[in-house]
Amino acid sequence: MTLPDLAPLLLSLRLAGWATVILLILGTPLAWWLAHTRSRAKPVIEAITALPLVLPPTVLGFYLLVALSPSSPLGGMWRDATGNALTFSFAGLVVASVLYSLPFTVQPLQSAFETVGRAPLEAAAMLRASPLDRFLSVASPLALRGYLTAIVLSFAHTIGEFGVVLMVGGNIPGRTQVISIAIYEHVETLNYAQAHTLSAILLVFSFVVLVGVYATNRRFPIHAGGW
Amino acid sequence: MLSLDIRLDYPDFTLDFSHDLPARGLTAVFGPSGCGKSTLLRVIAGLERGARGTVRFDGTQWQGTSRTTPPHKRGIGYVFQDARLFGHLSVAGNLRFAARRARRAGAQPDEAQAIAALDLHDLLDRRPDTLSGGQRQRVAIARALLTAPRLLLMDEPLAALDAGRKAAIMPYIERLRDHATIPIVYVSHDLSEVARLADHMVMMRAGRVLRAGPVAELLSDPGMADAIGVREMGALMPARVTRHHDDGLTELGVSGGQLFLPRVQAAPGTALRLRIAAHEVILSRTRPAGLSALNILPGTITEVRRGDGPGVIVKLRVGDDDLLARITRRSADEMGLHPGVACHAIVKSVSIAQTDVGTNGTQ
Repeated sequence: MTLPDLAPLLLSLRLAGWATVILLILGTPLAWWLAHTRSRAKPVIEAITALPLVLPPTVLGFYLLVALSPSSPLGGMWRDATGNALTFSFAGLVVASVLYSLPFTVQPLQSAFETVGRAPLEAAAMLRASPLDRFLSVASPLALRGYLTAIVLSFAHTIGEFGVVLMVGGNIPGRTQVISIAIYEHVETLNYAQAHTLSAILLVFSFVVLVGVYATNRRFPIHAGGW
Repeated sequence: MLSLDIRLDYPDFTLDFSHDLPARGLTAVFGPSGCGKSTLLRVIAGLERGARGTVRFDGTQWQGTSRTTPPHKRGIGYVFQDARLFGHLSVAGNLRFAARRARRAGAQPDEAQAIAALDLHDLLDRRPDTLSGGQRQRVAIARALLTAPRLLLMDEPLAALDAGRKAAIMPYIERLRDHATIPIVYVSHDLSEVARLADHMVMMRAGRVLRAGPVAELLSDPGMADAIGVREMGALMPARVTRHHDDGLTELGVSGGQLFLPRVQAAPGTALRLRIAAHEVILSRTRPAGLSALNILPGTITEVRRGDGPGVIVKLRVGDDDLLARITRRSADEMGLHPGVACHAIVKSVSIAQTDVGTNGTQ
């Protein structure tokens, strides 16, 4: 028996790690805003945030491919700044994964912030806590389980993505060939042993993650579709 | 002085409050639920963003035409009706949360004193969700004090508690009123609480000030019957414990004579505030004889107020204080009661509204 090539697995883990960190940084203020705003734009923003849940990954991937290509403003800026193209690169995959996994960060966080509500924040304000202080020392610890859910789901969802990655990143071993694409290629080339090993790893990983999420937290129902 | 001139519009309710509250002692904001009492406190604290107008406290403008001081910079302690302790912190953690930020703001909160004053020693390691309602409120009060506030706002802190727990917390608030120098604004819809705790009182109705003034003055005004409800009418009377008799009665001196009450647990010389409900007072033109009642005070009628029903409220001057009696209109007519007439008030029962008054009160 041959040892499976673990490079795609490591690449997937690295991609998911980056995407999760960036998602927490971007998703927290967005979720906070959605939880507290009375703006009429809220349903529109919520819908945009939830789009990756319902769009076929190929649609999202296609638009991202167009938006990230060096001939587009965004892709062009990136190439001017770094000398590389965003498409078919690891950085492009991170950008795509952030968008693709956005609802898996924002929804649990928004739900957690809504559960915390305004009452403890007002109480903290009356104890001389500034807005940032209120967020860090009251809202965040009270929303801790929402953060755990968001981290685990965003990470796992990024590990499992396929369509978007294939569209934006292609299938370049060592650079954009993540585990799901490696499995696809093993099957295409009738290399079932390797496909079996990698698939089993992904299956066990996903199952363990979900058991962990549901065991620690039953309060945030998440639609874990679109793997 | 807490000067308020504010307006806040909600779809079904408007708060339109223009009044100055004294910046000393305990001021009760009293009114039926939904009259805007709690909203008023929230505006003072800066928690209602839609509020317009001015809020000034002791020369500091908290809200005005130009800029608004954010809530956390006003130096206000706030005790919410539902305590709002932080569930992720222990009792000690909740107290530290307040004290640490007060120190950063340059104040010197005394944790040991707050813990002692509210008897929290045995609760320090507990989580808020393991506390009873009364314990939670005590922690909330201590936490508010540890912010070293310039002004303490209390929003019906006892409303969610049963009578026993209420009675257990009341003395803490009394001590706070008498020994701390922080002015307190206390929202309540319970007149017995107001009678017991407040020096000054603001009556609200539908978002507006109905009447305001010293508590004793307002509660002995027959004109308040409509606002307060006839059954709740009753004057406040300052008294002092004279001596304890062997037969179990305590003799109290009031400005118009003596009253005898079942044993009062207070040393001779202690100042008390009595509340004498109007429906517990009977009037007689002559000094009654052969009556079982012990407490008879001579006085002079100063006002007779007729309502829509069969009753009237009679106000008497007894010594230096006022007393209210609620009798039927028929009796009032037959006895020829009108201002200037001398008569005797037979007091069937007296409740002690407050002990230890006078150290910081307005009596």
